[in-house]
Amino acid sequence: MKKILIPSAAGLVAAAAFLAAQQPDFRGGVSGGTRPAIAIADMRGSGDAQRYMSVFNSTLWNEIQQAGLFKMAPKSMYPLRLPQQPADFKPPTMPTTRPRRGEVPRPISNGPWLTDWSSPPVSAQYLAFGYTAPQNGQLVLFGWLYDVTRPDPGAAQVIGKLYFGPMSDDGARKVAREFAADILQQFGGKSLLGSKIYFVSDRTGHKEIWSMDYDGSNQTQLTHYNSISTFPCVSADNTKIAFTTWYRGNPSIFVHSLETGRKLIFHNQPASLNAPSDFTPDSKRVLLYSTAGGSYAQIFTANVDGSDWRRISSVRAIEVEPKVNPKTGADLVFVSGRGGLPQLYRMNVDGADIVRLTDGEGEAVNPAWHPDGQKIAFAWTRGFEPGNYNIFIMDVATRAVVQLTHGVGRNENPVWAPDGLHIVYSSKRGRTIQLFTMLADGTEQKQLTTAGNNEKPVWGRTTK
Amino acid sequence: MNKRTLAYAKAGAILLACMLLLFTAGCKKKVATPPPPPAPPVKETPAPPAKPSVTSFTAEPSTIQRGQASTLRWTVSNATDITIDQGVGAVQSSGSRQVYPSNSTTYTLVANGPGGSDTRTVTVTVEAPPPPPPAPPPAPAKRTAEDILKSEVQDAYYDYDKSDIREDARAVLTKNADVLKQVFADNPGFMVLVEGHCDERGSAEYNLGLGDKRASSAKDFLVQLGVPADRLKTISYGKERPVCTEANESCYQKNRRAHFSPAQ
Repeated sequence: MKKILIPSAAGLVAAAAFLAAQQPDFRGGVSGGTRPAIAIADMRGSGDAQRYMSVFNSTLWNEIQQAGLFKMAPKSMYPLRLPQQPADFKPPTMPTTRPRRGEVPRPISNGPWLTDWSSPPVSAQYLAFGYTAPQNGQLVLFGWLYDVTRPDPGAAQVIGKLYFGPMSDDGARKVAREFAADILQQFGGKSLLGSKIYFVSDRTGHKEIWSMDYDGSNQTQLTHYNSISTFPCVSADNTKIAFTTWYRGNPSIFVHSLETGRKLIFHNQPASLNAPSDFTPDSKRVLLYSTAGGSYAQIFTANVDGSDWRRISSVRAIEVEPKVNPKTGADLVFVSGRGGLPQLYRMNVDGADIVRLTDGEGEAVNPAWHPDGQKIAFAWTRGFEPGNYNIFIMDVATRAVVQLTHGVGRNENPVWAPDGLHIVYSSKRGRTIQLFTMLADGTEQKQLTTAGNNEKPVWGRTTK
Repeated sequence: MNKRTLAYAKAGAILLACMLLLFTAGCKKKVATPPPPPAPPVKETPAPPAKPSVTSFTAEPSTIQRGQASTLRWTVSNATDITIDQGVGAVQSSGSRQVYPSNSTTYTLVANGPGGSDTRTVTVTVEAPPPPPPAPPPAPAKRTAEDILKSEVQDAYYDYDKSDIREDARAVLTKNADVLKQVFADNPGFMVLVEGHCDERGSAEYNLGLGDKRASSAKDFLVQLGVPADRLKTISYGKERPVCTEANESCYQKNRRAHFSPAQ
């Protein structure tokens, strides 16, 4: 597969090889072999700070683990004496008495030392440690990240920083997330801190648009139409959300401001069906599907106020879910029934150069671009009965696919996180449909919602 | 002692008494002219005990329908013992009481006192309630358009991922067309919504388009059979409004349908 990625032009081979080395796996850098091992020593707090430390420690661990950048050194292997600050590191001394014949001289430990962590059984490359304390009514975290493979503590420090938050569980989560974000940033990981997931929930008895933090906290209802409101999509600049609602009878497009929460003007075409699907990368136009001017749902674009509608596709088949390449803004992936059961296709934004991407087996739906504009995630019934979707990733150029979920319930609507490493999707694993996140290699699946049914996630850009 | 000295002594004693009286009076009042003495209390002869008197005794309203209440009000003076019959019993000298006579009733108030007694009566006339209104006329033979739609216009069913009119749907829609033509002729202004629905297996987005196609193909079929197109509106509910939520083919089939409902 990598070979296909490399252009044949000889002059480009070196550069392409370099790119391939940067991205050993098209899944987005999520691969098991090359990840550094990290140990995270449970931290303690002085005085009143201690009561928030179990929240702090679990948040820090989960944030690092779910980023997928590290191999997590298991806590059960850690030395008993955990360092709390750089001054705790004491080099071991060699014994002054001569060892007996045949014995190797063993250093005498004087306290925590780097090799406690770098050697087996921990075998970590990095160690996060520190402590918290109350200071002027605030929770202060003193956090360090050490490269424990270095010979001495002076050379080992990667991060040494203070973090401030309120004296509460929320404050403990805040400082843990900020510390985790700094650690991840050292390794090229983009923090999801501040990013929101928009989704549809029927927990009030009606499908409404909701939002939540990337980890499932702060679930908030955004619309109150008491109708069916679904299919949200968010503009690239994170200022607008478009969705379909039956509030006025036939399904039509509503656009709300994410800044004020208010409804904005959007002129729907007189049609039995209008539904938004995506925004262009400049956030100026909406991609949508509509029955305007015909009897099949077809792909259109329009300005964000509903002016200047332009029809893109024109076939006697249902065509839905246009998603524009976030990097180029020039090509679309979409779902079409033109060949029978719905499959994924790509085309230019002017409708030319149409190519089918999936091989015709089963039903392939719900395409979503990776932020790099090269990969898509989608839902496919390949190998399963109709309706039993699993999440796949495809490299659009080569059409190579990787399956991420394997028949655990019905998995739909995968959407990439802004970090390009995580995917949020819906899964029906019991009586209800819930939202989950996972890494783009299918690991670290985590359920975000529990109330009612929750579906149609969209991951907004990081606003911070 | 002789009679003369006795008389002098008597006169002197009277004089002394008079002077003493004058002296004490002079000491008490320094005012020149003493006020007139208070008038002696008029000793009235005790009046004979007053006769009890019923000042008022009313029933408001005096005419009621059976089951309604009337309020008795009375004011009595000079009575120690007041009773009203018909089960009301002893009462205070003034007051009111609600009564619920089932038939016309005369209430007698008897006021007894030391001076005698007084009696007053009041009558509450009870009218029988009006007879119930006649039973509503039997349902007219002509049913509403909504009823006909509900009972006689049936759902048309579709194959998976298809919007073609199946053989069985063709028969159903042909029958529906006759009913609809009649309903539209009898009910000017009545509109029908053709709803397209899908089973849960396809994606919600694709099913939005598929439900729309099912609704429009059902409408087109009806229009070909002469149903006026301007009386039929279409809407897709995709898979958002299932009639059945089990995961089996019989349930899926129930959901893959065109359904007919009154348009708003």
